[in-house]
Order: sequence, then C-alpha cells, then structure tokens
Amino acid sequence: MNFFTLLRREIRAFFLSPIAWVVLFFFLLMTGFNFYAGIAALNRGPSEVTVIEAFFNTIFFWFGFVLVFPLITMRLFSEEYKMGTIEPLMTAPVRDSHVVLAKYCGALFFYIILWLPSLLYFIIFSRITRLATAGASGPFLGAYSMLLLIGMFYLSIGCLASALTRNQIIAAIMSFSIITLLFFMGLLTFFVLNVTPALREVTGYFSAIEHMSEASRGILDSRPFVFYLSLTAFFLFLTFHVFQSRRWRN
Amino acid sequence: MIKVSGLTKTYAGITAIRNLDFTVAKGEIVGFLGPNGAGKSTTMRILSCFLPATGGTASVAGFDVATQSREVRSRVGYMPENVALYPEMRVQEYLEYRAALKGVRGRRNRQRVNAVKELCSLRDVETKLIGALSKGYRQRVGLADALLHDPDLLILDEPTIGLDPNQIRQVRQLIRDLGKRHTILLSTHILSEVEMICSRVLIINRGQIAASDTAENLAGRVRTAGGVTAEIRAGTEDLKKALVALPGVRKADVAPQGDGWQECTLRTDADHDPREEVARLAAKHGWPLRALGREQVNLERVFTEITQAGEL
Repeated sequence: MNFFTLLRREIRAFFLSPIAWVVLFFFLLMTGFNFYAGIAALNRGPSEVTVIEAFFNTIFFWFGFVLVFPLITMRLFSEEYKMGTIEPLMTAPVRDSHVVLAKYCGALFFYIILWLPSLLYFIIFSRITRLATAGASGPFLGAYSMLLLIGMFYLSIGCLASALTRNQIIAAIMSFSIITLLFFMGLLTFFVLNVTPALREVTGYFSAIEHMSEASRGILDSRPFVFYLSLTAFFLFLTFHVFQSRRWRN
Repeated sequence: MIKVSGLTKTYAGITAIRNLDFTVAKGEIVGFLGPNGAGKSTTMRILSCFLPATGGTASVAGFDVATQSREVRSRVGYMPENVALYPEMRVQEYLEYRAALKGVRGRRNRQRVNAVKELCSLRDVETKLIGALSKGYRQRVGLADALLHDPDLLILDEPTIGLDPNQIRQVRQLIRDLGKRHTILLSTHILSEVEMICSRVLIINRGQIAASDTAENLAGRVRTAGGVTAEIRAGTEDLKKALVALPGVRKADVAPQGDGWQECTLRTDADHDPREEVARLAAKHGWPLRALGREQVNLERVFTEITQAGEL
C-alpha cells in the first residue's frame, strides 16, 4: 500500500514541478517538428520507408530522446537528499525498495505521458491519408514497445545516478554521460569498420538505433526485450543498494 | 520504552556518541540536553532509525532499531531539528500523504489529520502551500506530522526553535498535554522549558551521558557541590583571603558592589555547607554581614556546571 502512496506523490511531484512542464513543452515541440520533417521528406518523392520509420530514425528523434532521461530522473533522489526530506521519508515505516520502485515508476509514468501525444500524430495521419502503412499495427507496436523498453533501461540509469549524489546537475551529467556512452557504443560498428565479429555482436546489443530501426519495421526480436529488461532490473538493483548504503555512509 | 546500551556512533573517524547507556520508561517526558555537537541529534536519529549505530544496541518498545526498524518507525513520531517539507504541497495534502505513509488510511486518515490540525493550530493554513508558510507554521506542520499515527514515543528535536513566544507557550502546553498519553524524548536549548515540562533530564556532553535525574535533584546536587552567596562589607583582598582559608572552600569570588559591600560566591566541596563559618568569620573581623544563603540553582546553572566542569 505504501508503494502506491509513494507513487502518487511522485507523479504529483512531477506535474507540480516547472521543469516537467518545460520538458513536456520542448519535447512536444521536438517530436512535432520531427514528425513534420519526416512527412516533408516523404512528400518529396517515392520512398522505401514508412512514416513510422521516418519518425523514429532521425537525428532529431535521437537527440531529444537521449537528452530527456537526465531531465526526468535528476531530481528523483538528489532533491530529497538536498532538501532534507529524505529524513522524514525514511523515518516513516516505508521499505527502501518501495521508495526506489515508486520513484522509478513515477519517472516511467511521466516518460509515457511524454510520448502519448505522438500517438495522435500517427492516428491523425492515417485518418487523413487513409494509408494502411501509416497505421500498420506491426511497426506501430514495435516502435512503441522499443521506445518503452529503451526508456525503461535509460530511466533506471538515471535513477542510479540520482541516488548517488545530492546535486541534481551532477546526477544529470552522470546519467547523460552513461546513456551517451552506451548509445555510442552501439554506433561503434557504424564508425569503426575493422572490428572483430565478436565485438560487433557485443556492441550490437547496445545499439538502440538498430533495435529501433528493426522494431519500427515491425520486426520484433526477443533478444532486445531480454537485454533491456534484465539491464533495467540490474540498474534498479544497484540503485536499491546505493540507496540503502546511504544509511551506512552517513 | 527506550533502552540504549553501549550506543556508539562514529562519522569518518570522529566519535559523535560513545557508549551511551540510558533508559526511558513509558509515560516519561525526558529532556535531552547538551551543548551543540554533544550528540543529541545523532542519538535521536539513531532512535528514529534514520542513522545506524556503529556499536551498541538501542530498542524502542522492545523492538531493536537496527533489526526491527519498521516496527520501531511505526511506533515513533519523530520531528527532526530542521523540519524538511515538500514546498509544492499544501498542508492538508501533505498531512494526508504522511498519514497514509504511516499506515493511517481511509476514515481514520481524515480523523487523524483533522485532530492534529486542531492540536497544532493549522486550520488557518490548511489550504496554503507549505513553501509559503512561515518558519513557525512549518515547525507546527513538522510536529503535526510526528503526531499523525498517534505514536507510543515522540522524539522531538528542538520543537520550539524559530517560534515566537506565544507559539512557544502553545507548543509547551501541547507537549505537556501529549505527555499524558505518550512517552516523549525532547531536545531543546530552552532550559526553562525542560524545567517546566520534563519529569527527568538527561544531559549529554562530548558524546557521553553526564547526568540523568530530575531537574530538582540535579539542582540539589549542584547546590550540595557548592554555591553559597553572601554580602559582606570589607576590603576585597582581605575578604577573599579569609574566605578561601575557610575549611572546605574551593573557590571564592568576591565582586565589589561600589559602596564598600562585596558580593561573595563560594564554591565548596560536596556535602559541605560553610554558611556557619562565614557568619563566624564576619563576626570575628567585625565585618557587617547583610545576606547569607545558598545560591539559587536553576537548570541553566546545572547545565553549565555539568557541561563545563565534567560529570557531576
């Protein structure tokens, strides 16, 4: 029960924070522009890609995508440490695991809310154009499942960074650095040609671009699901232990 | 209600508290005193399960603070020294949230929130944002929070800090009323508050318990250990020499009052009352004596004696 009480408070805290509204505004602006740019590109002539592929595989999309996680997660724990509200929180009869999960789920909820308006773009587009490919369920479900999976993983990294420090800026820089590092690790095979097949396979697991590219074509592979879910669990496990160790570090 | 044994806490090599031993019985209101940095807040934070101890054990209502932390937390209402609140929440919703977090739900949640708002005079500000409240009101919200789940033990770390005199009086009365149903461990620097409210005083100094008794008994012990005052008309140096020469007198302070009269304060060995000797001395030298008595000892004196001179 405490979990839901904590989760409600986390969700409210998001929507009572000015940062959340600024993030929402710029994110809408970015996704709106990205959608417009995708359609404009498709309008220039025949193309092999669908509107879904065009939307989820542009530099605008990835730029906004990587940037949004530090902004969502930086305040989760750092703010509680900094303001001292961690003291009343942890002297109430709550479990540490509930606190960590509620914060994570609150961030995930906000992340989902961020993406909800983009659903409308495709719905409206398919209604107007009456093109079957615009609203094709495979690519549509694939892209949004991947969005959720990668988002879950990157949010767990942000949670860990925030649990490590009382400074929100440091938390944001830490999570941004880790996410960017992982993101570029996935791109290694694109830039470095003479990599061994084994390394290519390992780095391929981190390639969010490749996973999204496949999923937005409607190809759903179980490996990224297992990969992202297990890494999310691992980072949440680390967050829990870092959060618990706060007592012993004091 | 509280049992502390050999409790030790070190922070990065610095010992904040060392081998603390004390107990607090159910229904007691105990004043927890000590100079800044003596270890009061550390002890309170350990008892409220916010900090782990480095050594020793502590239990609340029979539950160990380290191994049965959630049972302890559900029985303790803790008000920290710096009341940290969520500024974006309104008083009403904050109290409802905190009550739910402490397992007070449904109809009882509303009842308890209403009750603590009444107790802490928060009705006027219930719809206000916490960030817009004055320091005094924030303190009251912190106190209301500690009371929400009607805990067996209240741990209040400087509850009247930042309050105006009227608010201090109200909070003092509130604590006195709460003491009828709760056990209270109260830390404060306002010693008159402790004298008025507390049934017992624990004085902690340099991380160790320096005294534990009722305020009256502690005052008695300080009185016994010295504290005789006299007003005598004589030469300052002669008087001082004569007073120090009296048996059992450790120290004599002589302060001229300007009209030939001297105000004398004597510190003597424990269980020695030199008033008779002082009277005889004045008579022998023909020095007029217009006042002789035991020094009035209040808790402030006791506190100063203990924290500056060591254990009593």
